[in-house]
Parts: sequence; C-alpha cells; structure tokens
Amino acid sequence: MHSEFTKMFELIIAASLINNFVFTKFLGLCIFFGVSKKMETAVGMSITFTAVMMLGAAANWLVFNKIMVPLDITFLKIIVFIGVIAGLVQASDTIMRKIAPALYYKLGIYLALISTNCIILAVPLENAAEHFSFVESLAFGLGSGIGFGLALVIMASIREKLELADVPAPFRGLPMAFIVTGLIALAFTGFSGLITI
Amino acid sequence: MEMLKKEHQLTISVSPHVKSEETTSRIMWSVSAALMPAALMGIYFFGPYAAVNLALAIIGALAGEYAFQKFLKRKITLTDGSAFLTGLLLGMNLPGSVPFYLPVIGSFVAVVICKQLFGGLGYNVFNPALIGRAFLLISFPKLMTIWKEPTAAFIHLDAKTTATPLGILKEEGVAKLMEIFGDKINLYTQLFVGHRAGSIGETSAFALLVGAAFLLYRGYISWEIPASFLGTAALMAWVFGTKGALFAGDPLAHLLSGGMLLGAFFMATDYVTCPSVKRGQILFGIGCGFLTMLIRLKGGFPEGVMFAILIMNCFAPLIDRSFRTRTFGARKETKEKEVRK
Repeated sequence: MHSEFTKMFELIIAASLINNFVFTKFLGLCIFFGVSKKMETAVGMSITFTAVMMLGAAANWLVFNKIMVPLDITFLKIIVFIGVIAGLVQASDTIMRKIAPALYYKLGIYLALISTNCIILAVPLENAAEHFSFVESLAFGLGSGIGFGLALVIMASIREKLELADVPAPFRGLPMAFIVTGLIALAFTGFSGLITI
Repeated sequence: MEMLKKEHQLTISVSPHVKSEETTSRIMWSVSAALMPAALMGIYFFGPYAAVNLALAIIGALAGEYAFQKFLKRKITLTDGSAFLTGLLLGMNLPGSVPFYLPVIGSFVAVVICKQLFGGLGYNVFNPALIGRAFLLISFPKLMTIWKEPTAAFIHLDAKTTATPLGILKEEGVAKLMEIFGDKINLYTQLFVGHRAGSIGETSAFALLVGAAFLLYRGYISWEIPASFLGTAALMAWVFGTKGALFAGDPLAHLLSGGMLLGAFFMATDYVTCPSVKRGQILFGIGCGFLTMLIRLKGGFPEGVMFAILIMNCFAPLIDRSFRTRTFGARKETKEKEVRK
C-alpha cells in the first residue's frame, strides 16, 4: 500500500513538473497561448481542463481495458479516445454554460478546442501504452492537468507583466509568448532526471 | 502676469518623491566592482585563458546591446553598466577552458534574447546571465562540463582536467571527496580560498563573501533572499545530505561548493527578476534553496543553483501578484459582477 501511494505521488510530480507536457513536449500549445493572456481565463481553463482530463482518463481507461482489449480492437484507440473525449467536452460545455456563463463566454472557442487538445488525447494514449492501473491513470491525468494549469498560470502572470514592457513591435504578442515559453522550457530542463518512471 | 505665474507654479511630479544619489548605473557598477575580487581570484587560479574568456563575455554583451539598440534606433544604454554586469556574471559562470566562441554566443543570448527583446533593462523576466549559461549548457553540454584543475601559476597552461567537488560528490560520493582533499578542515579551507575546479568566478568563497558584504553594507542587496536561500539549502543539506541517514549531511561543504554563494548573493538578488515584496522575497529564496538541493541530491545535474534561480524567476511575477496589497476599499467580488453584467 505504501509503495502504491509513493508511486502515485511520483506520477503526479513527474507528470506536472518533470515531464510537464507544455514545457518538455510542447503539446497543447493552442490553448496554452490562447487563454494565457489574462489570469482569470487561465485559472478557469486550468480547472476545467484538469476536470476534463481526469474524466477523460477514467472513461478512456474503462473503454480501453473493459471493451477494447477483450474485443481485441486496440488498434482503434485513437479514434475511440477522440470520440469519448468529444462527448465529455460537450457535456462540460453544457454544464459550464449553466453554472459559469461569464467564464463560458470568456473561454469561447478554446473550450470546444479542448476536445482536440493534444494533451487530453496524449494522456489516455500514454495510460494505454504504459499499462497503468485505473488509479495510476487517474493520478497521471491529475498530474498532467496540474502541470498544464501551472504552465497556464505562470504564463499568464508573465504575460500580464509583459503588457507594460517596451517590446520591439515585431515581437509584441504571440512571438514574445513563444520566446518566453522557450525560456521557461530551458529553466524546466533542470528538473530532468529527477524521477524516472 | 508671466512672472506671477512662474512664482506660483507648483512642482508636480509622479512618484517616487524621495530623491537620493543612487541611480541604476551606480548600483550596476557597484555590483560589478563587488564581483571583481572573485573574478580576479578566478583569473589567478585558472590563468590568462580564463581572463580572455571573461573579457570576451563582457565585450560580447556590450557589443550585443549596442548592435541591437543601434539597429532598432533605440537609445544606447551601454553606460548604465547592466550589459557589462551581465557579461561579467556570464563569464564568471563559465568554466575557464571553454573555446572563445562560447562566451560570445552566451552573451548574445543573454543580452539580446533574454533582455533586449523583452524591452530592455527592467522588463526581463529571467536573469540574463543565467539564461545565457543555461543555453550554453544545453547546447554544448560537453564543452561546458570540462573543468580544469586550478594551477595558481601562469606557466602551467596545460592543466589536468578534473571533476568539480559537486561532480565528485554526485558520481562517487563523499569518500572519494575526502580521499582527494584529505580531511574536512583541508576541504573547507580549499573551498573557502577557492582552490578547486569550477567556473571562473564561483570558486573563491572568501572573495565572494567580501563582495557580498560590501553590497549588504551599502544596502544594494537585501538580506532576505540570500538568508532564506542559503538557510533552506543548508537545512536540506544537513537533513538529506547523506543517503540512507537523516540529519547526517554536510551543510558547509554544500554551501561553499558550486555556484551557491555567487548565485545567492549576486544572481538571485537581481532586482528585476526577483519579487519586490519582502515576504515574497523570502518565499523566493526558500524556493531557490529547496530546488537547488533537490537538483543536487536527486536530479540529473550535479549543480542546481542556475536552474533553481531560473525556475523561481518564472514564479516571481506570480509571487508578486499574490502578495500584492489589496487596494483600500476594493472588494474582491466587484470584478466578477462587472464581468457578468
């Protein structure tokens, strides 16, 4: 039991910091750049994203291990995972429109884009490839969600600071965001080799 | 009428209203001066080749700043000393034996990409010198980890290559370190004087402390960041320093080796890239110390000071944001309601 708990903790730390999807694999960049302009949307997106991520990891684990493996149709996993995630995103879309309309309109197109987000798809695929158990899949999903949220919040705080900066005209906005991401990634290489799974 | 108007004119200016002699350039040149003892010790130990590298890093930084500002038709700010300081810090963070093109590339990345693109001095998010070094370490990992034994004589140009004390500690453990340095007292003395392999300006703890004392005395750096940085690192080194046993580590050896002192006093305290709120600065220092020791003890690199400071630089705007004082009379909900309409 103890080692199981340690493994889960390591998975969460590894997925959120050491193998942070944004800064080490550069996945999920469309949403990352899209909603990191303001802190408010960044925080809202982080929470929504983590929730969808965990639901997606859980649902896809069940679909993969309980339906696809017995039927021996694992080669269809990419299509099936996308379908499951799209359904979940549609559901969270409807729920958010009811309970947080302000945030819903602020996130705009990016909310729908979660369904085609690389990280959301990468996590179930990774779970399937690594043969993670149900709980481990959840931990991995949570870690990835936290990692993405952390990246968004850091980026939003830096971009809000940069709004006051005298950035040369050709670099204003997105180009600068790309440079900042590269530099953060450079800093995050310091985490490499910390935990190996 | 005209006269009357002038007499009754009030001087209206924006804050800050407290005037003093201190200017940005004066602080920058003072910090550079405070780094000189350590730089000279580095040149003494690692020879003229290191001196050339140090000079190239400075020249590269100045040239990069001049070229960028000239090209974009901005005001040339070479005299404020910030480019000089960046170049000096970068040079001091390089091994003495790197080929001559490395410091130039490093200073270009540091000054142009990390500072000028962000809008120049005061806007950069990361410490430029450290970004320059991190860029070099990732791009030229082999060249950046060849350490020469200190010679302390200008004639021995072909010094043996060796590992830094931290490298030995990581790869072979404490026993090997003791074998090389004899006993603990000798180890501490050598580390304190700076007679060990390492980057040009990081080896001499004594010279760095002299410079740091000067800066603290003049009030150019505050005690919060170095104290919390070194305190946290020492605590972690003491508790987790030895594998398999708690509270058996050697904090002093960890504090004196690697870039710990150079980082804690001269780089983490960079005004631009650390939080400006005091409580935030303490948190920043604790984070730096924690991450440094985490990387040293568990990570893939033998030295973690550079990455620790860079990672905490990412968090500095966030720390500042969360410690910001609430505007008097402002309520948290007003913003939310405004949005909902």
